[in-house]
Amino acid sequence: MTGPDSDGARDAAESDTDGEPRRRSDRSWWNWLLVIPIVIPLLTPLYNADKPRFIGLPMFYWLQIAFIVLGVGATTIAYQVGKRRR
Amino acid sequence: MTSNQIVELVIFIVLFVAVSGIGFVAARWRRPADMMHLDEWGLGGRSFGTWITWFLVGGDLYTAYTFVAVPALVFASGALGFYAVPYTVIVYPMVFLVLIRLWSVSHRHGFVTPADFVRARFGSPTLALLVAITGIVATMPYIALQLVGIQAVLKTMGLGSHWPLIIAFLILAAYTYQSGLRAPALIAFVKDLLIYAVIVVTIIYIPYKLGGFGHIFDVAGAHFDKLNAANAAAGKPPAGSTILGPANQLNYATLAFGSALALFLYPHSVTGVLASKSRNVVKRNMSALPAYSFLLGLIALLGFMAIAAGTTPIGTDNNTIVPRLFDQMFPSWFAGIAFAAIGIGALVPAAIMSIAAANLFTRNIFKEYLKRDATPRQEAWTSKIVSLVVKFGALLFIIFLNPQFSIDLQLIGGVIILQTLPSVALGLLTRWFHRWALVAGWVAGMAAGVWMLYTIPNPKTHHLHFGGSAFSVSKLGFDTQWTIYAGFVAVLVNVVVAVIFTLIFKAAKAPDGRDLTTKPDYTADEGDPKVSEVPVLG
Repeated sequence: MTGPDSDGARDAAESDTDGEPRRRSDRSWWNWLLVIPIVIPLLTPLYNADKPRFIGLPMFYWLQIAFIVLGVGATTIAYQVGKRRR
Repeated sequence: MTSNQIVELVIFIVLFVAVSGIGFVAARWRRPADMMHLDEWGLGGRSFGTWITWFLVGGDLYTAYTFVAVPALVFASGALGFYAVPYTVIVYPMVFLVLIRLWSVSHRHGFVTPADFVRARFGSPTLALLVAITGIVATMPYIALQLVGIQAVLKTMGLGSHWPLIIAFLILAAYTYQSGLRAPALIAFVKDLLIYAVIVVTIIYIPYKLGGFGHIFDVAGAHFDKLNAANAAAGKPPAGSTILGPANQLNYATLAFGSALALFLYPHSVTGVLASKSRNVVKRNMSALPAYSFLLGLIALLGFMAIAAGTTPIGTDNNTIVPRLFDQMFPSWFAGIAFAAIGIGALVPAAIMSIAAANLFTRNIFKEYLKRDATPRQEAWTSKIVSLVVKFGALLFIIFLNPQFSIDLQLIGGVIILQTLPSVALGLLTRWFHRWALVAGWVAGMAAGVWMLYTIPNPKTHHLHFGGSAFSVSKLGFDTQWTIYAGFVAVLVNVVVAVIFTLIFKAAKAPDGRDLTTKPDYTADEGDPKVSEVPVLG
């Protein structure tokens, strides 16, 4: 491969031939899981309440802290699935 | 100065000096063949693994100022200040797929800054210059705010003059100059150990002393009810509450969303990401960094604890509320450790931010406009010098201007850095936009953002303008009490204008810039060949 602006190199890379490394892709249906931890923490009516309390913390606080688990879960799955497909 | 303050100060100085020593030694850590190269000085050799990246980016994003300002906001406004938690939960899934593309294309082409990428992607030095200037302007007050964090601690220990701050900053400047990004990377380990230790103790000990979280929130609720009743009688808006009111829910959600969009547009965040050695390191960190969000959630609660403990800030400086709480609740030796954690916590992001701003200047102003044939050695020199200038500028900010001014500027910084979203973040996903349309969108978004901020008064400081980021939707002609995050509206304006102008320019067949990147560049990984050994801007 000589350079990015050489048309020959570009064609070779995009057509999966000429011994170029197999074209990788980040596409996966599993990536849609990432939408869940983005949307849910923004829906204020879902958690904007005092009760039920957990160890004295209003729901507003403990539930939002608990949402961290959603984020970690979704990014971990997206990473693991992407790794396996390599 | 009381004897308690002397104990605090001694512990603070010992830890601070030890960490500064680490900063200087860092130049030899994972020793490079030649430090005089931006890849080495400015990106730590692009070689950091999962753990180092976690500490580095954690220290970079969750700054000392965050740890001081978020509880201060909770102390003043209650639930609204907790937006920092949803903000730092949603940010990682949001940027997951975008950052790995940024890492890959930068790895292939040797990009050091987000503006380098924009330059190559859209073939427009002008657009790259706008992105670079936006980045520098947004970062400067952020560095100044790290000093506000240190200053809050020094004030609590009875050091009101500027000299201790100046000394601390000279030390920081010296080791950043010498060791580059390796210094904050190594210091971040120590800083995090201290922070984690302090928070674990704090979150158990203080609620225990104050009678549990239930009691803390009951006291805080009564406190806000009283303030709100007084404000209502004086015809002022409510001060705050322990859960959101009807008028600020939209603001809460858009503030969290807008801040999340902005976070990885900041040049110092990009620096942290580009210093990692592979895509997988970036991905793993998207799952690991939320550990800091958990910490931040706990720290935010300190604001309520301060209310329940009857803590008062020094003067009207709410940023002193956390140091004051520690001073009040802990024996002096532990308060000293906690103060050191905050002070050292300020050094890590301040170093990375000054490096990032210096790299922007070097790559996108110096090399682009002043000296096109600069060698890597000259680039590294320029960055080292500029990093000193940037820090010195931040210091002058704090000494000669009211700290409130830095806080207002940082608020503006968040709104303006968002205006690079279409060029940088959307640019990583698509090449559809026209370069001139992106310039038009930037201008429109910037104008809209600054205008909105201008209309927002601060009732507490009696400033008529730039008093916050909660824009009253009623100013747009809607009959409502709702407020919305100004940055969110501004970036919407930006994107809409960029889309419309792209359609116009495409219809008019306006000449578009050449894209130097190719599709596979965006999925390249560690070990894949680089486009050239010496980074070129084409």
